[in-house]
This record gives sequence, C-alpha cells and structure tokens, in this order.
Amino acid sequence: MTTDTAKKPSGLTALANPTRFLALVRIVLPYLVAITVLLLAIGLWMGFSVPDDYQQGRTVRIMFVHVPSVWMAMGAYMVMVSGALGVLVWRHPLADAAARSAAPIGAAFTFLGLATGSIWGRPMWGTWWVWDARLTSFLVLLIIYLGLIALWNAVEEPAKSARMAAVVVLVGALNIPIIRFSVEWFTTLHQGPSVMRAGGPSLAPHFLYPLLVMGLAFLSLFLTLHLMAMRNEILRRQIRTAQRKAARGHRSKNAQESST
Amino acid sequence: MIALLARDLRLALRSGGGAATALLFYLAVVVAMPFAVGPNSELLATIGGATLWIGALLAGLLGLERLFQTDHEDGSLDQMMLSPVPLPVQVFAKSLAHWLVTGLPLTVMVPIFGLFLGMQETAIAASMATLLVGTPAISFIGAVGAAVTVSLPRGGLLLSVLVLPLCIPVLIFGVGAIRAAVTEPDPFLPPFLLVAAISLFFSVLGPFASAFALRQGLD
Amino acid sequence: MALITISSTDGDAVSDLNAATGFPCVGPAVKPLDMRLQIENLSVKRGEELVLSALNFDVQMGRALIVRGHNGAGKSTLLRAIAGLLPLETGNIVVAESDPEFAAASIPDLCHYLGGDNAMKPAMSVGENLRFWQEFSGQPHLEVDEALEMVGLYGLQSVPFAHLSTGQRRRIGIARLLVSYRPIWILDEPTSGLDAVSEEQFAALMKVHLEDGGLIIAATHVPLGLESADVLQLSAASEERDH
Repeated sequence: MTTDTAKKPSGLTALANPTRFLALVRIVLPYLVAITVLLLAIGLWMGFSVPDDYQQGRTVRIMFVHVPSVWMAMGAYMVMVSGALGVLVWRHPLADAAARSAAPIGAAFTFLGLATGSIWGRPMWGTWWVWDARLTSFLVLLIIYLGLIALWNAVEEPAKSARMAAVVVLVGALNIPIIRFSVEWFTTLHQGPSVMRAGGPSLAPHFLYPLLVMGLAFLSLFLTLHLMAMRNEILRRQIRTAQRKAARGHRSKNAQESST
Repeated sequence: MIALLARDLRLALRSGGGAATALLFYLAVVVAMPFAVGPNSELLATIGGATLWIGALLAGLLGLERLFQTDHEDGSLDQMMLSPVPLPVQVFAKSLAHWLVTGLPLTVMVPIFGLFLGMQETAIAASMATLLVGTPAISFIGAVGAAVTVSLPRGGLLLSVLVLPLCIPVLIFGVGAIRAAVTEPDPFLPPFLLVAAISLFFSVLGPFASAFALRQGLD
Repeated sequence: MALITISSTDGDAVSDLNAATGFPCVGPAVKPLDMRLQIENLSVKRGEELVLSALNFDVQMGRALIVRGHNGAGKSTLLRAIAGLLPLETGNIVVAESDPEFAAASIPDLCHYLGGDNAMKPAMSVGENLRFWQEFSGQPHLEVDEALEMVGLYGLQSVPFAHLSTGQRRRIGIARLLVSYRPIWILDEPTSGLDAVSEEQFAALMKVHLEDGGLIIAATHVPLGLESADVLQLSAASEERDH
C-alpha cells in the first residue's frame, strides 16, 4: 500500500554533478586538445611515410582514416548505450548529456567511415558502392544515429527526451547484432565474400603502427569532441532553466498584481 | 486485456479506422510496382516477394502512429496506466490488435496480389508463410516507436525513421526465405525460422520496452 | 516551493444533504472503515523544475479535499502524482488503516482519475465506451443504464460519443466514475463544461460517494457545492503573502 519513491542519496550524483564536471572539463580540455593534435600529426606523418602496398598501392593510406573512424563509430554507440543505462537505471544527471552529445559525433564518424570506405572501394572494387556486409550494416547504423538525433530534437522536454531516446538506444543495441547477422547472411547469399581485407593480425607491422597511432588519435579526438559537446549541452540546459525561472517569476508577479 | 483487444479491433474496423486504408495502401504499392519496373512478367515474378514485403512493411507502419496517440489525446492512456492490468500486457493486446487488422489481412490478400505479380504457387505460399510469421515483428517493433513518439505532433515520420532500420532483419530473412523456396539448392526453413524467431523475440521485448517508454513519457 | 493551509469549513452540513438529493445509495455493501489517504513530504518535478515541494496532508475517508491555487501552482501535478501518473521526487502516498478488502490493492487501483479529457472514443457509442471502461477497470458497480440515469443522460447508450456536446461529454466522463467502484476519486476541474443543473447533479453524486465512505480530491476554481470540504491552498513560494 505504500508508494515509496524516496530518492536515495547517490554517491555518484555527488561525485559528478554538472558544476564539478564543468570545472573538470576546463582543466582537462586543453591537454586533450594538445594530445589530439600531436597524435594526429604523428599518425598522419607515419601514415604518409609508409611504403605503397604491393597490391593496393597508395590507396592503402585511406585505411588510416577509415578504420579508426569505424572504430569510433562503434565506440560512440557504446557510449550512448552506457549513457542510456545511466539515464534509466541510475538517473545520473550527466548520463543523458553524455548519450546525447555522443550521437552527432558517432553519426559523423559513421559517415566518415562510409565515405572513406566508398572512396577506397572505387579503386579496389571498381565501383563506389557495394552491398558489402560492413558497408551495409554501417549504413543502417547511420540511419539509426540520425533517427535518434531527430528523436532527441523532437521531444521538447529534456528529461523526457532523454528517457525516450534511451529506450530506443537500448532496443537498437539489442537489435544491432541481429542486423549485423542478417546483413552478413544477406550478402553471402548474393555474392562472394567481401573483397576488402580486414585489418588486424594479417597486417604488416609497418602498416599496423601508424594505424594504431591513428586509432589513438581518433580516440582522443572523440574524447575531446565529446567533452566539448557535453559541456555545451550542460550550458544549454542551464540557460534553459534560467529562462524558465524567468518565465515563472514573471507569471507569479502577474498573479500577484491581478489578485491585489 | 480481452476488452482492450476487442475495443481496438472494433475501433479499427469502424469507418475512419485504419484497417481498410492499410489494405488499400498495400494494394496501391503492389499495383504501382509493375508501372515502375515495366510489365515484364519474369522480372515481376522475381521481385514479387520483395514487393509484397516492402508493401507489408510500409502498410504496417501506416497505422502505427495512431497506436497510442489517440489514447494519449483523449485521456484513455492515463486510465490504462491506472488499470490493474500490467501495462506490457495492455501494449501486447494493442499490438496484437494492430497486427490482426493490418498484418493478417495483408497475408490473406497475398494470393491475389501474387497473381498480379505473376508469382509461382510455391512463391505465393512461401510469401504467405513468411508474412504470417514476420508481420507481427513489425507491429511489436513499431509499438516501441509509437510509444516514444506518442506525444509528438508529427510523430509518424520519425516513427518510420526509427522503426525501419530495426525491421531490416525481418525483411532480409523474409524475402530470403521466399527466394529460397523457389531457387533449388537454398533451404527455405532456416531463414523462415529466423523470421519466426525475430517475431517471437520482439513480441516480448516490444511490449516491455514500449510500456516502459509510455510510463516514462508521462507528463 | 509550496505553502499550504488546510482549513476546514463547516463539517455538519452533510447530514441533511442526502435527504435533499434523493439519490439512492450507490456505495458498496461493505464500507471502508476508517481509511485515510496520507501524503507525506511529497515533492514532484515537472521537467527540471520542482513544482511541489514537501507537501504534507491527509484526507479521511468520507471527506473531500478541494485543491485551489493559481494557474501553474501545481494543482494538476498534485492530482496526477497522487493517482500515480507522475513519478514522485520525494515522499510517500499511503493509505493508512485500510480496510482489509483493499489491503492488496495499490493506490492507482483504488483511484478513479478524471482529468481534463474524458477518455472516451468518439467513434464508439456512449454505451460501448462505458461498458469498455467497466470491463477494463474491473469492480463493476452501477449498470451503464443506471450510471447514465445518474448523470441525466438516460437513453443515449447507442449514440456515438462524437455527437455529444461538451457538457454531455463531461457527464459521460463522470458516469465512468460510477460504472466501476473505486473509493478514491481524483477529479481535475470536474465541472468544466457543465451547466448549473448538471453541477448540482454532480455535487449530489459526490456527496453520496462521500457518505458511502468514499474520498474525493478535486482541483477546481469554482465552488463544487461541497460545503463540508477541506481546502488545500497551493501557492508558489514567490507569491507568499498574507490574506
């Protein structure tokens, strides 16, 4: 008979409240930017200084942008999933800001992955687009990202849009393996296995190291962008709250005038 | 739950309900296809299964927007929340009602539409079987989309954008099964069972996720 | 921040009202004994704003509580929160010393909520709508015909809801409260759209409900005709002032 929803004091909430988070961002961000620029410079230099691949020639260098983009595209979704869990399970105030600001970045990396894949595919496959399993599932991922961004923007109330989007993020997360599996089944049915060689162990070390550096550079680029986007999101909300307070004050002032 | 199912069916079948419109839309899509690809009957037969599935997917999405929206607008949704019947069960009933007035009639119409498209008997039978087990997935996945877009003024477009990518696996396996039924070496059963599995999976996940979203969306 | 004052007006007016209305007793055979709805330290957020904060009050069975306040003072929010339609930021809503009959039920199961909308489908007839809610909410109480008679709309069973006027629609919404029994009525501007005659009718219905041991919480600007009701004045903190 008791409806008890008394909120337990959460240590997490106290630990990472928006104000403290903003202070932390202010300290960390300059270093992150520096590291990103440095890593990108090293990675690009390493990438351009590798010898041409005996099969793919110069185009192999596209890999140094393509593969890290794809990694980050998936990583951003992971960030959104943990943000969604944070929203629904712990109701952490920063969780939605984290999930929401990861979406456009994730979409951008997905698009970059698709675009570089397509550019790479032109000399390799002789065509801009192949319904290859990877490309196809990333296309679907891009649509999911864009749909989520649209949902976040469509729902006015931030707290509500956070929870709505979190539900879709999680349902999407459960669905992504199914999509991946179905797309693989689809492509193996229609054509032979993909022409594109995977990175990983088969890669010669002189390709692997620049790739790893670029991976790190992209990771730190993602972190930088993500922190900046989160900061903007928090500031946006503070403005919103202030505006509401102003409206509310105005309303009660009117009420007072009318009643006296 | 039965009461809710009966009410939704009754509402859908009344004039102004969505059931007849969805069927007409399905017919329109199927009829438009030959005009787009030309009257070559061989080509039509090849893409017949795909046409039927695309039509079913779009027709299914058509009515989903209104799944919770009318209840939201007239206050029924509030009453549903207060009901002793668990909300996921209610969502299940409503999704089932949606399927009974869209997915099921579409499946029943397949033999006629299949003839339009010059499909073989086996392909028609396979289409009916896959649509029968596959269209519930559209209703149940769609319920999640309908729940998150319930309070949006023009949620229908957003709903389609959110739901379509999630329906891709059903589409792939459904059309794959139809194709497998007519081309010799490929087995029909595995993709068919996968379609069934996806439907079952979402018949559980869908109601829970959308009930959760509906509760969270209260204001 | 909300400031509340509960003031009880005259409490003896109930006794002679039943005779005046002439309505038959519509309560269940067993009366809830001395049930009490307790609201403890209730705070509710709307979006990011705290609309209600640390409200404490309780309502006895057989009593009515009228919630008053300016637009935006949180009347509807309070009612929706009590009905369980809004998550509580802090606090409890307890039914204390409850009748064993209701012990297993949760608060939403004990409540009828009549909001701004009537929860009726325009495409269905009045009778179909009411029968659906009766079946759906359980605890059938009055027959649909009887309930329609109570709100003065007997004979409209087969008329589509869409054809009714605003006031008639509201009365059908009120009839929904009668077709299945819930001890607690939560009413948000229940008389909006009603004419004077219907308002009187509705006041009589509420009195009968209270006499049967029911409980009413209503938000309204206009007097409901419940002389014995307690009043809860909600006001935003910035408006605090002496009356």
